[in-house]
Amino acid sequence: MAELLALTAHELAVKVESGEVSAREAAEVANARVEEVEEDVNAFVTVTPEIALERASKVDARDGDRKLWEGVPLVVKDVLSTRGVRTTCGSKMLEDFVPLYDASALRNFGEDLIMVGKANMDEFAMGSSTENSAYGVTRNPWDLARVPGGSSGGSAAAVAAGEGWWALGTDTGGSVRQPAALCGIVGLKPTYGRVSRYGLIAFASSLDQVGPMTRDVRDSALLLQAIAGHDPRDSTSANVQVPDYLSELEDGVSGLRVGVVTELVNGEGIEPGVREVTERIAQGLEDAGAEVGEASLPHSEYALPAYYIIAPAEVSSNLARFDGVRYGLRVPAGGVHEMYRETREAGFGDEAKRRIMLGTYALSSGYYDAYYAQAQKVRTRIIEDFRSAFSRYDVLLSPTSPTVAFGIGAKVDDPLAMYYQDVCSIPANLAGIPAISVPGGLSEVLPVGVQLMSDHFTEPMLLRAARAIEQAADFRFALKP
Amino acid sequence: MQAQARETYQAVIGLEFHVHLATTTKMFCGCRVTYGEEPNTHTCPVCLGHPGALPVINEKAIELGVMAGLALNCNVAERAEFARKNYFYPDLPKGYQISQFDLPICIGGHLDVPLGDETIRVGITRLHLEEDAAKNVHVGESGRMHGSVGSMVDYNRGGTPLMEIVTEPDIPSPEAARATANHIKEIMRAIGVSEADMEKGQLRCDANVSIRNPDGSFGTKTELKNMNSFRFVERGIAAELARQREILESGGRVEQTTLHYDPNDDEVHELRSKEFAHDYRYFPEPDLLPLELSEAWVSEIKSRLPELPDEMRARFVESYGLSAYDAGVLTADRDLAVFYEKVASEVDPKQAANWISGDLRARLNEAGVGISDSKVTPEHMIELIGLVGSGNISRSAARDVLGTVFASGDAPSAVVEREGLASMGGDALSGIVDGVIAANPDEAERVRGGDKKVIGFLVGQVMKEARGSADGGRVRQLLLEKLGS
Repeated sequence: MAELLALTAHELAVKVESGEVSAREAAEVANARVEEVEEDVNAFVTVTPEIALERASKVDARDGDRKLWEGVPLVVKDVLSTRGVRTTCGSKMLEDFVPLYDASALRNFGEDLIMVGKANMDEFAMGSSTENSAYGVTRNPWDLARVPGGSSGGSAAAVAAGEGWWALGTDTGGSVRQPAALCGIVGLKPTYGRVSRYGLIAFASSLDQVGPMTRDVRDSALLLQAIAGHDPRDSTSANVQVPDYLSELEDGVSGLRVGVVTELVNGEGIEPGVREVTERIAQGLEDAGAEVGEASLPHSEYALPAYYIIAPAEVSSNLARFDGVRYGLRVPAGGVHEMYRETREAGFGDEAKRRIMLGTYALSSGYYDAYYAQAQKVRTRIIEDFRSAFSRYDVLLSPTSPTVAFGIGAKVDDPLAMYYQDVCSIPANLAGIPAISVPGGLSEVLPVGVQLMSDHFTEPMLLRAARAIEQAADFRFALKP
Repeated sequence: MQAQARETYQAVIGLEFHVHLATTTKMFCGCRVTYGEEPNTHTCPVCLGHPGALPVINEKAIELGVMAGLALNCNVAERAEFARKNYFYPDLPKGYQISQFDLPICIGGHLDVPLGDETIRVGITRLHLEEDAAKNVHVGESGRMHGSVGSMVDYNRGGTPLMEIVTEPDIPSPEAARATANHIKEIMRAIGVSEADMEKGQLRCDANVSIRNPDGSFGTKTELKNMNSFRFVERGIAAELARQREILESGGRVEQTTLHYDPNDDEVHELRSKEFAHDYRYFPEPDLLPLELSEAWVSEIKSRLPELPDEMRARFVESYGLSAYDAGVLTADRDLAVFYEKVASEVDPKQAANWISGDLRARLNEAGVGISDSKVTPEHMIELIGLVGSGNISRSAARDVLGTVFASGDAPSAVVEREGLASMGGDALSGIVDGVIAANPDEAERVRGGDKKVIGFLVGQVMKEARGSADGGRVRQLLLEKLGS
């Protein structure tokens, strides 16, 4: 067991492919590891050990007719619809909801997805600590008294703890990258449109994107290979050819132009330990042959406020379907309007309600221009900032999150402090560009993630630069706790 | 004074149409569009608003919308956008309707509505596409929500492609509103965009009604809903105008509100205004990309646009020599127009128009059926008109024959033979004419002397003897021959 657990997903995939290890053995190891640590970590809302075994056997039976990645058990964030397996979104509203179909990203992965379980998350993907879950807080495997980040905290913690080799998360404002940073793993948010959103239960439709959460950069490349592609059922998915994400991974960064984003490195609230790691990585890239300079995103200070108009506006509409009429929680009451009120009062947690109210207000007649329309203008400015930055640099470097993992309960009563967790990650969502968080080292005893961003559909280059960071960093993945 | 005021009251009416588009599948998913099938049998995660499901635009619906816009002389937008209209209702599975807001697919057109011998031009403000809501079925005696014991939802209709057409407030009377609605229906049917059957809910009509202020400015308008037949459009608006007039005459003020027309008591009733006090919080639908409607594509659609009722009317006047009125009557019903053209290709077009727009249409109206549902075929009409033209039967006998053909579907010649309605011809008629001349020597002499006024008397005598089975024209001709005049 320990031997298999020490492998990366890619290494395991190669062993399954060569027949050295069966997919079923891998599934057994994952299930056993879940048994061992889940009580401490609480990474899952639902574990699916039987499904993992059953499908692993099917994958083994398809020897010779399967993709490289299909033999490696996967953790799936509970925001992705899974046919026949309840999908809660971390909400009481969907406690017993069983989807009729699989999300397209999962279908792309393979017909017999070896699923370890459905990972815990902030309710409807809104939060940065996984404390906004109706299914209990997930603990950071590095320090069980701390949060794993969020909203894909369950996925990040599961990978860090070895409850599966890799995971899928979703990223709307940093929900893949920030928990990856806080748990010492790699998290990739692909270009908006790269991975189908069909079956991803929407938080903010114009920002949401499914992404890999893995032990190293190669695993992220492989998992992206598995899930990317055009989907006619998602009109916002891009009809752009999927390149080979692994082929140029080891090509190095010689001559690559790297811009360190001044506003994000020196912004207020960036912890000194985080800044130091980021600067060390910049130096490491230069040592590896990259041309490193200073880059500027002048409107980035407006990204967070714009995001907190646009995302709540969309979510106020996206969550309207949870009305107790067709599925999910229903609290019976006198009339239909009373039933809506009682159901939504009981089904949604505080943060979901807060954002529904923010978004409803921002879209209201008389306020639309001042808020939603204005935020869209800011979004355009940020896109222009990136366009200008990418005319000078190939990739942009910044911290992923301003802090390392914080204590459970430390920010629950201060929503603005919690929102600030995503100050470095939100600009990439607003612009729709790819971004990746890679462990850059430690701040005292906790991992620090550094973020790389690049232009639309340039993931091969982004991954290559991320791989260089991995090599430059004083950090190696090791199972926790 | 009051009578004076009454005459100056001027109605201002604008209409809003909702038209089901004749697509095979729904607006944003692959479910079939159906009518009257088992509830909730044509649904999927998309049209049930399941979590994670996403809409995909039905391209055919866009094409039909553009066709309709072109037929209504609208400008087709180069860039259009879908938007979410947010409100809660059980028939709205996502909690929002995907509709269009500030960037509809078509704006600014008009249609020329035939009204008696004239036409009126009604401006089109905009035309946009959206998805229909599902159908709430209220269980209980009233059949409406209030007073029901429970409600069920049939999502089969949910997601049906729907086109909204908004007219300018150009319509001057309830009759004109009815004619406009009817013309919209005919245009939609003519271009194959919709069956536009009001009974099936494929065409729905709401009205904005006001009375112009004495200074010419618009008065306060009210919105009138639920007029689910052409007759009710006219009667509902008339009832609302009467209500507003009464308020104004008694010195009151019309309040802006939403009303519901009840055909049972022929009155309008106020809907609880609270139910309609919505802030829809429109915003661009982030799940769909904006529509780019290329000029080339639009012109390609334009080139495929079938003949419109207005064009057909003009052609009927031009090529068949019909009056504007007859052409209007015949082209107001596309099926009837097609029927007419088949008949007119074989017989005198004017005769065909007289028979079809007159006798045949009267029978169709009386029976309440459309031409495609009647037993009369174009071949029947061709044969019937031929029998009259050759003098085989009289015009009045032919009317009776048409009645029998209409009821039975038998061929006119068979009916004539069976019922002995053939005009008396040849020797028999000649004998009667000779007899009448002999019995009325004075009158016969006056005709011989050139006094043609009395010939009518003699014709009448012959017709009487022949008991209606003679053709008047032929009798007249025979008399003139025999009297050498």
